[in-house]
Amino acid sequence: MSLAIVGYYEAWWIQIVKAIVIFAVGLQLVPIVLLAERKLLGRFQARYGPNRVGPYGALQPLADIVKLLTKEQFRPSTSTGFLFALAPTISIMTAVAAFAIIPFGNVQNIFGTPVGLYGIDVSIGPLYLFAFGAVAFYGIMLGGWSSGSKYSFLGAMRGAAQLISYEVSQGLALVGVIFTAGTLSLTGIVQAQQGMWYVVPQFFGFIVFLVAGFAETNRAPFDLVEADAELVGGYNTEYGGGRFASYYFAEYLNVLVVSGVVTTVFLGGWLLPFGIHPPGWVDPFVVLAKMGLVTFLFIWVRATLPRLRYDQLMSFGWKILLPLATLNALVTAVLVVVTHK
Amino acid sequence: MTWDPGKDVIQVMRTPPPGAARSTYRAFGETLRGLKTTFGRMLEKPVTLEYPEEKTPVYPRFRGRHKLHRFEDTGLEKCVGCSLCAAACPADCIRVVAAENTPETKVSAGERYAAVYEINLSRCIFCGYCEVACPFDAITMGHDYEMSDYSRSDLIFTKEMLLAEPLERTPLRREGE
Repeated sequence: MSLAIVGYYEAWWIQIVKAIVIFAVGLQLVPIVLLAERKLLGRFQARYGPNRVGPYGALQPLADIVKLLTKEQFRPSTSTGFLFALAPTISIMTAVAAFAIIPFGNVQNIFGTPVGLYGIDVSIGPLYLFAFGAVAFYGIMLGGWSSGSKYSFLGAMRGAAQLISYEVSQGLALVGVIFTAGTLSLTGIVQAQQGMWYVVPQFFGFIVFLVAGFAETNRAPFDLVEADAELVGGYNTEYGGGRFASYYFAEYLNVLVVSGVVTTVFLGGWLLPFGIHPPGWVDPFVVLAKMGLVTFLFIWVRATLPRLRYDQLMSFGWKILLPLATLNALVTAVLVVVTHK
Repeated sequence: MTWDPGKDVIQVMRTPPPGAARSTYRAFGETLRGLKTTFGRMLEKPVTLEYPEEKTPVYPRFRGRHKLHRFEDTGLEKCVGCSLCAAACPADCIRVVAAENTPETKVSAGERYAAVYEINLSRCIFCGYCEVACPFDAITMGHDYEMSDYSRSDLIFTKEMLLAEPLERTPLRREGE
């Protein structure tokens, strides 16, 4: 018995090449998002942002990474053995793994070989995503706990409560889409949006998913896990150097993953509106452009909204988001049944 | 027996709390308004002054680093070493050691001159009292405000440094600007 049916797969060497390409793309996107965030936050606050390193500050992420990697690998004496080193690795691995299922395009003929422009097309797309999201939480939890610091521990505890609360809503928000599309494969969901992107019929699902996505990635206004003002950086307080860089990398990659999922599930993936059918090589750029827009929304919201209080976070998650997501799923289910007959 | 607060009690009137639907709508509307505001800010030009390249212009009466002056026609120093500036200085950062002018070497216009004139700029609070106290307008406050240095001893400015024509590094702002 297999765990999941893979929709389409190629020869092993193509898969290896694809894995390398996707990882390389993801690795290049992270510094771009990092720089974009700092530049845009600057603009939102009527300043320039980094503009000293390289032309227009373009080499700032590189300088950041060089600075972090040349630092001492400090470990507090209260930290717990290898867990302290393992936690950032979990974070980064799950983020990269989740990136694998985001489809950048349909199956294309590249030099006569059909290649799907995605890591893997599993028949359990969203479940795979949530599975890795749940494991990613261990990165934060273990990191905060094994640091042996109060602040880190508080951040980790908040992270645990937050992720549990919002994962439910996030899952339920996707249920509506899955009902409508009738498939769990992400490429299948994109193809089902041929007539109309799901952002229109599943508008509430879109909003709920987006808000829960902010919470899942620990971004403002749900960045209680880090909460620099109260927790001195939360779960990563005791981290420095390369390990901190891994956490940082994972955080931004998670933003990209959520942008990718929003793009795929609600914004029609590689499809363009008004019946435009560009050649296949345009598809990845369409997806990247849409991901850029969603990422811009992430940064925009971060520049706008203040951090929620802990009780506000909980009451918002359980009293507003979860009922809304449930209602959305219910109404969608009823409508699907009614219109199917 | 409970304590009777008497007339100290103030009745506070509050508006009724908004209902669930209304407060949700209000939160959503306010969020959108906030997003609109920040987006507007993003389109504006940044107010940053890129400091080492662009400098903040100062007003003509700005109190920067001190200058000592000479008479323009004779080239003699205006300072006569009276130590009134040192007496007026609240931070006690001026040190003056006076000496007599001789007919062979005439340094200042008066009888005496400042053989040593030092201002410890790491102590100076730029109040300008020295300028006010000086009977000969020998010391004035300049416009230079870039005085950071690597060691404290480098911040003790001697008479030669204060007399030297300072590099005019600071842009001047007009009075009405």
